[in-house]
Amino acid sequence: MRPGGGSSDVQWCFSQVKGAMDDDVAEADIISTVEFNQSGELLATGDKGGRVVIFQQEPESKNQPLRRGEYNVYSTFQSHEPEFDYLKSLEIEEKINKIRWLPQKNAAHFLLSTNDKTIKLWKISERDKRPEGYNLKEEDGRYKDPNTITALRVPVLTPMDLMVEASPRRVFANAHTYHINSISINSDCETYLSADDLRINLWHQEITDRSFNIVDIKPANMEDLTEVITAAEFHPNQCNTFVYSSSKGTIRMCDMRASALCDKHTKLFEEPEDPNNRSFFSEIISSISDVKFSNNGRYMMTRDYLSIKIWDLCMETRPVETYQVHEYLRSKLCSLYENDCIFDKFECCWNGNDSVVMTGSYNNFFRMFDRGYQQDVTYEASRENSRPRSILKPRKISTGGKRKKDEISVDSLDFSKKIIHTAWHPLDNIIAVATTNNLYIFQDKLN
Amino acid sequence: MSFATAMEVNVEARRILAVSISKLYASRSQRGGLRLHRSLLLSMVMRSARDIYHSSRESEQPNGEQPATEEPMDTNCDPKEKARLTPDLADTSADMAPGVSDKLDESDCDITEDKENLSPAKQSRKRRGKASAAPDFLPSKRARLEPGEERYAAPVGSCRAGVGDYRSALTLNQVIPAF
Repeated sequence: MRPGGGSSDVQWCFSQVKGAMDDDVAEADIISTVEFNQSGELLATGDKGGRVVIFQQEPESKNQPLRRGEYNVYSTFQSHEPEFDYLKSLEIEEKINKIRWLPQKNAAHFLLSTNDKTIKLWKISERDKRPEGYNLKEEDGRYKDPNTITALRVPVLTPMDLMVEASPRRVFANAHTYHINSISINSDCETYLSADDLRINLWHQEITDRSFNIVDIKPANMEDLTEVITAAEFHPNQCNTFVYSSSKGTIRMCDMRASALCDKHTKLFEEPEDPNNRSFFSEIISSISDVKFSNNGRYMMTRDYLSIKIWDLCMETRPVETYQVHEYLRSKLCSLYENDCIFDKFECCWNGNDSVVMTGSYNNFFRMFDRGYQQDVTYEASRENSRPRSILKPRKISTGGKRKKDEISVDSLDFSKKIIHTAWHPLDNIIAVATTNNLYIFQDKLN
Repeated sequence: MSFATAMEVNVEARRILAVSISKLYASRSQRGGLRLHRSLLLSMVMRSARDIYHSSRESEQPNGEQPATEEPMDTNCDPKEKARLTPDLADTSADMAPGVSDKLDESDCDITEDKENLSPAKQSRKRRGKASAAPDFLPSKRARLEPGEERYAAPVGSCRAGVGDYRSALTLNQVIPAF
């Protein structure tokens, strides 16, 4: 057993932590989504207060070639504000549910951010020059008296301090009756989908006043409702294929070429339930909280309350790999139901070459599963282990009677400290892990 | 299942039901409105608890006709056959968390109540119009069964002598309010 776990030769080190140091967490600061862009240079976070904070990785310095650049704040903006639905007398939360980056086409960066009801396309652009020498305007913007102008000149672009501007370019509103849980950008670079509890809509990135409904599982009689959509994602390179997961633990793959309304799935991925594990809470823990295609597009990963399952897209009958995240919680489901933890929707992510998967747990633990070496490891994101470049020590949870030194007993786990959102740099061994209001960045030790 | 185990299961099922009901109430005042997914999961837990409660009560019968089994639970029952909440549950509301039984009491004032088991503080003498009545997903308090009477056979909206205008008990699925 090699130290550092995960992939056999990777040692994870603390790199940075972002966010307030206080234990008193303001609700608006609770991180609700984390996402790297396609190059990994930018890292976006959304919070419950509707803000988006984007960090940018500094270029590697020539002086220290073996140290990766740090992530520093690049832009902060208010993406969504609280709204009120007067018809239903309901408040619409400003919490950012998901952020997805568009593939970069020019110097500017674009991302989609969504709350429960509205998706917005934001343009983040840099301005490092400004025009000077206008004929009709003073430097402060006041207009000159035309009678005083005696000569004509061409305004010149002069350097200025870098300014990063975020501007909303499109607002995609009024298309969802229920709460949006996912957005996913299509590989065709033109469309994207948004999913709520019962419907999935297809949008064109340029068109805001209409969308196509491609999945609708709302029953004619709401009393007959048995399942809801929990997550949806487009295939990474087949622009006609997407999947959506349900609260019943099933995943449906749909092909948009088959029909306009994709209510009939092309494939249904479902594992039969183990009758030995039946309990009051079987339905809750089988509900899928996240689904992610692998980068190569051959597999997909699903996260339910206790496990991660890897599915081969060619095999619907059962997953090819199953990893237990925190099986020791199975006997505690009743308490977890009472304190609401059983409803937590953990996310999961792949590393760049699909060899390792990662997800969060309680007590600020997060878990990595190396698919090749069949090893798993638990790490903790905490201020105590946050000395610069300190190596993360694997944590162990003792489930039996005898607790070894350095092990943590299940009963002393802090269920208020949970890691729901994690992200892996698409090309490098850098991970971003969100605790309640802090963002931890870890990277592997470069020798 | 032994009688003692059936009792434990019975108590556990009622406790989980009480917890679920209070969660449903709490979610009404949540920012952002009722979450459909969460409401659905809560109603599923409540249905499982109700099924367990039924089967454990059957196993408590002296004739032991239908030995209750904990598993496998039938959660795929045909929607049309879904039984309503047992009235026994409503009668034992006094045993549940006080907060929950307060709310159960408020739901129906025209029904014969088991006044002996209610503390004075919980008896509600308020008459409410239908418009301001408690939400649909509350279980209704129905009259106690006379010995020998069958509850399950009673169709929706049936009237019995002595019972005034009572709201029909609702299926668990109506826990999810219509959007």
